[in-house]
Amino acid sequence: MDQAKIKELSKISAEIKLGALEGVFSAQSGHPGGSLSISDVLAYLYFNEMRVDVNNPQWEDRDRFVLSKGHTAPGLYAALALKGFFPREDLKTLRQIDSYLQGHPDMKHTPGVDMTSGSLGLGISAACGMALSGKIRNKDYRVYAVLGDGESEEGQVWEAAMFAAHKKLDNLTAFIDWNGLQIDGAIVDVVNPTPLDEKFRAFGWNVIMINGHDFNEIEAAVANAKATKGKPTAVIMQTVKGKGVSFMENQAKWHGSAPKQEQYEQAVAEINAYIASL
Amino acid sequence: MADKIATREAYGDALVEFGAKYENIIVFDADLAEATKTCKFKKAYPDRFFDCGIAEGNMVSVAAGVATTGMIPFCSSFAMFTAGRAFEPIRNAIGYPHLNVKIGATHAGITVGEDGATHQCLEDLGTMRTIPGMVILNPADAVEARAAVEAAINYVGPVYMRFGRAAVPVLFDKETYKFEIGKGIQMAEGKDVTLVATGIMVSMALEAKELLKAEGIDARVINISTIKPLDKEIILRAAAETGAIVTAEEHNIIGGLGSAVAEAVCEGCPVPVVRVGVEDTFGRSGKVPPLLEYYGLTPANIAAKAKLAISLKK
Repeated sequence: MDQAKIKELSKISAEIKLGALEGVFSAQSGHPGGSLSISDVLAYLYFNEMRVDVNNPQWEDRDRFVLSKGHTAPGLYAALALKGFFPREDLKTLRQIDSYLQGHPDMKHTPGVDMTSGSLGLGISAACGMALSGKIRNKDYRVYAVLGDGESEEGQVWEAAMFAAHKKLDNLTAFIDWNGLQIDGAIVDVVNPTPLDEKFRAFGWNVIMINGHDFNEIEAAVANAKATKGKPTAVIMQTVKGKGVSFMENQAKWHGSAPKQEQYEQAVAEINAYIASL
Repeated sequence: MADKIATREAYGDALVEFGAKYENIIVFDADLAEATKTCKFKKAYPDRFFDCGIAEGNMVSVAAGVATTGMIPFCSSFAMFTAGRAFEPIRNAIGYPHLNVKIGATHAGITVGEDGATHQCLEDLGTMRTIPGMVILNPADAVEARAAVEAAINYVGPVYMRFGRAAVPVLFDKETYKFEIGKGIQMAEGKDVTLVATGIMVSMALEAKELLKAEGIDARVINISTIKPLDKEIILRAAAETGAIVTAEEHNIIGGLGSAVAEAVCEGCPVPVVRVGVEDTFGRSGKVPPLLEYYGLTPANIAAKAKLAISLKK
């Protein structure tokens, strides 16, 4: 990937962070940490990879995206708004009583959301269903899902993993946001779900380990997934929870709490400084 | 004696029949295809049948994803493992986004028989009834089961269909029977009390009517095959005109038809409502006839409860 492209995606990723934080700050509620850790993969998928049409969100042949870790909706909403599915200024209505931006993704009311999610483990199964339907009907769309690493403690993830491999859903790519933290602490301390790569491999998946903040590695992983026939692909992304905001990085407490005014201003200043440095 | 056919058999046959007409129907099962009778569809349309293995939460969530693409997925397992085990995926992945998934739940109630309590689902009407927008169909016989499948296909949104394991009498004529979601059917006129029954209890309610007749009591009989949305009109009219109601269901008396009818009657036309069903206990192993006797799912008990309801009239 050339430097100009990397710079462009880096800027979009930073703007996703700003949008996510604006929503969580306005709501004084929501999940910033895991929104920031996936902003790079969201930027890559929505702005360099996925076939979507903002003027026709229900386009039958579009690529699908399922945020299986639905609590990081603020990140997804920011990406969708920047893409043009709905006005960016609506991000600050997140979680308000009259908003269409629910605390967790709601496909019925938010343009661009392909699947309702939030209860962990359900999204990856639904993504399997979308991929299976594409196979049955000879559609060439691809399905992308993003899961949390803590989410992999949910048994249904492995039911879905078994199903996807058995049905040879090579049009399905699951990104696992391996930031190492869940609400109650480090994933290895709560109930250790690692090694995730060996587990997915044992379940019959093509597995790729990447740095989830490196666009070249994301690009290579997506290309690898598309070239892999007969198997779904799991991209295990090593990421930093709270990425891009110094005081949020690698802190479990920023899983689900909102910044206060001063903290928000500092976070915005840090991200804007990063954008200026690009 | 009328022919006896299990509603699960009719379900399997209906999937094959309508599968020919609707090419966007696909069927999922969770390792119980021989028992749920989706095996018939599997044989007829192997390319549109998918076994999900023993993983019901995944099955119903996969079906949700399929439904987002415009296909009509049916998914089947026993009632215990759909409405029970997979309740939360059904609630969040199907009910909340109101996706067009049809759940064909078989082996509901105690007529599962010998397998016993772990497999005898007496709670499914209750759990499914609490999901907003969920249509719940509980056919009384094979003719109604076939019609329910057709109605479910033509309705856009989630539908839970409840089928039984045991063969039950055929009550309706396939040629003339018309099924409409949300409409109860008055099976027999009566003025002293109304027997509101669902599923396998409908034929027993008709037998109870004869028992009551011998004692000079004129009972109305209503078949409620759509548990939700409930036909409040036919129930409230019966409450007003007969002044007492007995409900009969192969389900816990908590949460199912009896609860739904009592809620509607209390709010719309308060009269005594006495519930026949499994009385807040678990099932047990046994052959079907002694099980029905053990739990009071009999014409005699319905008749006894009818007399109780009449005695409670003001």
